[in-house]
Amino acid sequence: MAERVTQEPDRQEREAQAATSAVPSAGSDGQPVALQTEAHGQKPAAGTREAIYDLDDVGVTYGSVPAVREVTFPIYQHEITALIGPSGCGKSTLIRCLNRMNDLIPAASVTGKVSYHGQNLYDDEIDPVQVRKHIGMVFQKPNPFPKTIYDNIAFGPRVLGMDGNMDEIVESALRRGALWDEVKDRLKTNAFGMSGGQQQRLCIARALATSPDVILMDEPCSALDPISTGRIEDLMLELKENYSIVIVTHNMQQAARVSDRTAFFIVDLKGEESHRIGHLVELSPTEKIFTNPDDQRTEDYVTGKFG
Amino acid sequence: MSAVPEAGLSRKVVERASSGQRTKDLMFRLALLFSVSVGFVVLAALVLDVMIDGASRVSLDFITSFPSRISPESTGVKSALIGTIYLMVLCAVFIVPVGVATAVYLEEYANRDSRLSRLIEVNIQNLAAVPSVVYGILGLAFIVRGPLGLGPVLLAGALTLGLLVLPVVIIVSREAIRAVPSSIREGSLALGATQWQTIWKQVLPGALPGIATGVILALSRAIGETAPLLVIGAATFARFNPEGITDRFTAMPLAIFEFISDADTEFRAAGAAAIIVLLALLVVMNAGAIFLRNRYERKW
Ligand SMILES: Nc1ncnc2c1ncn2[C@@H]1O[C@H](COP(=O)(O)OP(=O)(O)OP(=O)(O)O)[C@@H](O)[C@H]1O
Ligand SMILES: [Mg+2]
Repeated sequence: MAERVTQEPDRQEREAQAATSAVPSAGSDGQPVALQTEAHGQKPAAGTREAIYDLDDVGVTYGSVPAVREVTFPIYQHEITALIGPSGCGKSTLIRCLNRMNDLIPAASVTGKVSYHGQNLYDDEIDPVQVRKHIGMVFQKPNPFPKTIYDNIAFGPRVLGMDGNMDEIVESALRRGALWDEVKDRLKTNAFGMSGGQQQRLCIARALATSPDVILMDEPCSALDPISTGRIEDLMLELKENYSIVIVTHNMQQAARVSDRTAFFIVDLKGEESHRIGHLVELSPTEKIFTNPDDQRTEDYVTGKFG
Repeated sequence: MSAVPEAGLSRKVVERASSGQRTKDLMFRLALLFSVSVGFVVLAALVLDVMIDGASRVSLDFITSFPSRISPESTGVKSALIGTIYLMVLCAVFIVPVGVATAVYLEEYANRDSRLSRLIEVNIQNLAAVPSVVYGILGLAFIVRGPLGLGPVLLAGALTLGLLVLPVVIIVSREAIRAVPSSIREGSLALGATQWQTIWKQVLPGALPGIATGVILALSRAIGETAPLLVIGAATFARFNPEGITDRFTAMPLAIFEFISDADTEFRAAGAAAIIVLLALLVVMNAGAIFLRNRYERKW
């Protein structure tokens, strides 16, 4: 089942790449190829931007209470896509569909299609564990493991059975997480002794260590001071060269600063039944959302008139 | 008194009201203190009494000599102490895997709302409250005789005591597992770890201090039990050490029972001394549990 996730998109991918590059693609002999091999490839040439995700009429229900409905939009490779909207509109619910973290909530059920490189992640034969190997996640509250800094980073590569020199994997992940210089002398100390901002960057570095294709971030900076936030934003801008990022944020400036595209969701919790379900209002290039949105409600929200 | 001015009177009124309040407060505190002291004083009196009777008999000779029916001066608890230590180890080998596995299943796999797991849960709670003599009867019927038919041997004793404390181990392990925050599980699963890897490498190490504490406390309850061992027919007097798990055995509580019920009051001192040895063992174990809890307990 892992192979279906990995092979299908690869084929498309390769065909697309073959036209633009002469780099021989691995796996042309029919071997299963991990998605990450192409994630670090060259940036797609301008104009050939790929949708890595295609959400088609996605809805999530907790028990019998619907949380979001009818969400349809693409997410593009090597971009930062921001999800914004008032509290309770289902941003976390939706981002958790993108790596099947919703499976952990027994009451949650997902309808519609969440296509990842053309493969519906919610198909029966898809193994959520395989999905999460390719799609990393960073949570709102830093959640380092109660282990050393080194072991925090090494945990992912170890459980995935990645080969290579672990010291190098750890160092490279910490460098990509902009944390190496601060912690290189204390790799064997407990991660709980770090500041909140460092812990969050550790969690980002930890997600990078397994070389995922996509990184999902649910309000990664909400518990951090402006300086740590700034560093993480810089980091995201660097990372999008090689990864695709989806971020949920309540910070309008943050969405405006880092994201390429912004999706605005809305919910009317006080309204009549059908409006109490979160839904997408519009998805546009970030600049457009913040200067000249299509929908009046978007404008009201980003200018602070409601929500 | 006449010197007290008018204002003093009204102040007095205010004070009286608050002093009534204070009396109530004081009485409440005294009542609490009394409750605490009941337990404490009784325990202290018992320990003191035992010490007075037996302290002079505790010696290296006492714990390295076999018991004697004729000489109260040279009797000892060698076979009982060895039996108890064997029981403890065997019992741990049985209850740790079974108890922890059950706890992992109930916490991490079972659907908490299903009827089956609720039934199991209620049963475990109830089993923890079943009198120990009932476990003795169970052990006699199923382990010593009946299907297993082991006879009154070490393994049978360990299994019987294990069944007795298994509910406690399960309950404590479940609590320790539940105390590992779900953000740790999510972090691990989000990295592509399987549920099994998450449990084995994140949840269990995080729960280990709590589980270890619970196991030690369960074992310290097990080695103090007398009734089940009597019921399954363990020896109360043995001038030999068990050499394998299928040997007959005796244990500290049984030795104490034997000493104390001897018609010759001379043996009472030996009984008190044996109690001191058993208490010392229990204190060491409980200290170990407290140490583990304080040293490794995590504040998430
Ligand atoms: N585990 C759950 N069980 C039941 N309902 C849930 C659960 N998680 C979220 N919900 C409901 O789903 C709706 C959307 O919640 P969600 O957490 O996705 O919102 P959000 O947009 O992330 O909000 P916030 O900005 O406050 O984080 C809410 O009405 C919430 O009550
Ligand atoms: Mg949220």
